[in-house]
Amino acid sequence: MKKDDIIWEINADKIKEQIKEGKRVDGRKMDEYREIKILKDFSKNAHGSAIARIGETEVIAGIKMDLAEPYPDTPDEGTISVGAELMPMASPIFEAGPPREDAIELARVVDRGIRESKALDFKQLCITPGEKVWIVFIDLYVANHTGNLFDTSAMAAMSALLNTRIPKIEDDKIVKGEFTGNLVLSRKPILSTFAKINGKVVLDPIIAEEKAMDARFSVATTEDGFLSAFQKGGQGHFTEQEITQCIDIAFAKGKELREKLR
Amino acid sequence: MDETVYVNEKGERLDGRKVDELRPIKIVPSVLSRAEGSCYIEWGQNKAIAGVYGPREALPQHIQDPTKALVNFTYRMATFSVSDRKSPRPGRRDIEISKVCGEALANAIFLERFPNTTIDVYVQIFDSNAGTRITALTAASVALADAGIPMRDLVAGVSVGKAGGHIILDLNKEEEDAPDAVDMPIAILPRTKDIVLLQMDGLLKKEEWLKAFELAVKGCNQVYQKQVEALKAKYGMPAIEHETQKEEKAVPQKPIPQPKKPVEVKPAEGEEEKKERVEEIKREMEQQIKEISEKKKPKIEELKFNSGGDNQ
Repeated sequence: MKKDDIIWEINADKIKEQIKEGKRVDGRKMDEYREIKILKDFSKNAHGSAIARIGETEVIAGIKMDLAEPYPDTPDEGTISVGAELMPMASPIFEAGPPREDAIELARVVDRGIRESKALDFKQLCITPGEKVWIVFIDLYVANHTGNLFDTSAMAAMSALLNTRIPKIEDDKIVKGEFTGNLVLSRKPILSTFAKINGKVVLDPIIAEEKAMDARFSVATTEDGFLSAFQKGGQGHFTEQEITQCIDIAFAKGKELREKLR
Repeated sequence: MDETVYVNEKGERLDGRKVDELRPIKIVPSVLSRAEGSCYIEWGQNKAIAGVYGPREALPQHIQDPTKALVNFTYRMATFSVSDRKSPRPGRRDIEISKVCGEALANAIFLERFPNTTIDVYVQIFDSNAGTRITALTAASVALADAGIPMRDLVAGVSVGKAGGHIILDLNKEEEDAPDAVDMPIAILPRTKDIVLLQMDGLLKKEEWLKAFELAVKGCNQVYQKQVEALKAKYGMPAIEHETQKEEKAVPQKPIPQPKKPVEVKPAEGEEEKKERVEEIKREMEQQIKEISEKKKPKIEELKFNSGGDNQ
């Protein structure tokens, strides 16, 4: 066992003490991300794919586009579907099996960040209104969990979407191995996650900080000044001031992270 | 379909390989920081990551075996790793492959040293083009070594088979889809040639089996060499990494059979000097192993696994 979750829980008190003086366990500033790396086009069988690493946290995202019937209330719109798997290799506490609430929350927050930003024009994903539309499957695989799965997953998902090729259609069927162009994204939403520990708010918490945190807040920002998703987690609370501060940091950091997506 | 020439008159296959040629293989151990052992592998288009945890307490308790450790192998394919999107739920194929791969690894591990525990091996496939179970097994075996789990030998696998009447090594998807295709994944312990995984589907004559097995052993030895090279690149004599090349070559090699690359021993150096150096390196390595195993076992309950001595 390299670093144990139990050890971190024991260390939580130390983390809470240090944070009061503005010190983080790994020496980062309160609003500093770990090193971010993106590796694109990882899987040839995927229509788009990417690996995102924030620090040692690693998420692999793959896109598959498929044909489906539209929802009755939006007959002229395609859709996206985000799934997340916390692979048991990623942490000693993850178990194999159907997604639990953590994985479902993760997938839904990533989904909202992308969907609500209108980065993808769902009308463009329509092939025959009322009959056939594209469904864009975004599947996330967490390979290594050292904290902040939210931002890492969102980065992986966006990078994968940005290099997704649209399969060619003939007679209402997908032609394998042939493509008609790339998926177009009009915005690049970036998710930024904060942890509140002992009254202080830090960006990009590592797992030791997640063990010590009272509450978590994620916000998705776009380059043109919109917020596309919020998610507060954990049993603690935030003040309005703290949330506003988080939003300011998220916009500033969003710019930096967006550069990495290219 | 029947027009396809699987091996042309020059002895080349559809992708230009010879009948006994493997696809390019890249093995990188220790890619995940959380897992106790891990390995990334690229085998042609196949891409996979293996992660190992354990030996750890087997739960629920009734699955524990008081005489040995259990091997729990989980093989899964990512939804986007195949040409049509796969359901994220594990299918019957995933479960069968997990079983046979787990049994193959169990043969190599000194399970009796870790009663009541489980060794969890997880492999996820992210891109595929035939031969993923062998890719998974090969990576898993390296990940187990990376985790410091004592084994008789590494497990090395290949698939052999038949396409267009030719016995060939390491079939790709196109060859696997040949009308007369035979697909036979094999894994062996290369030192002893013990067969630890063997499956076959298709129609094969006895003579063809013998020929195919011979080819498989050849392939497995090449895979084995890659595994050993990868582990050596990671762990090979870390104490002398920044010392001169001369001294590096004086290091005695453990009796790992390396069929293709005979070890060079520098004759220039004195016998005495060499022995001294060897002793020194041994001490340093023992120290390191001690440090690593101490770091790895933070919990008191786990200390008992350590007493067997991981360095054998």
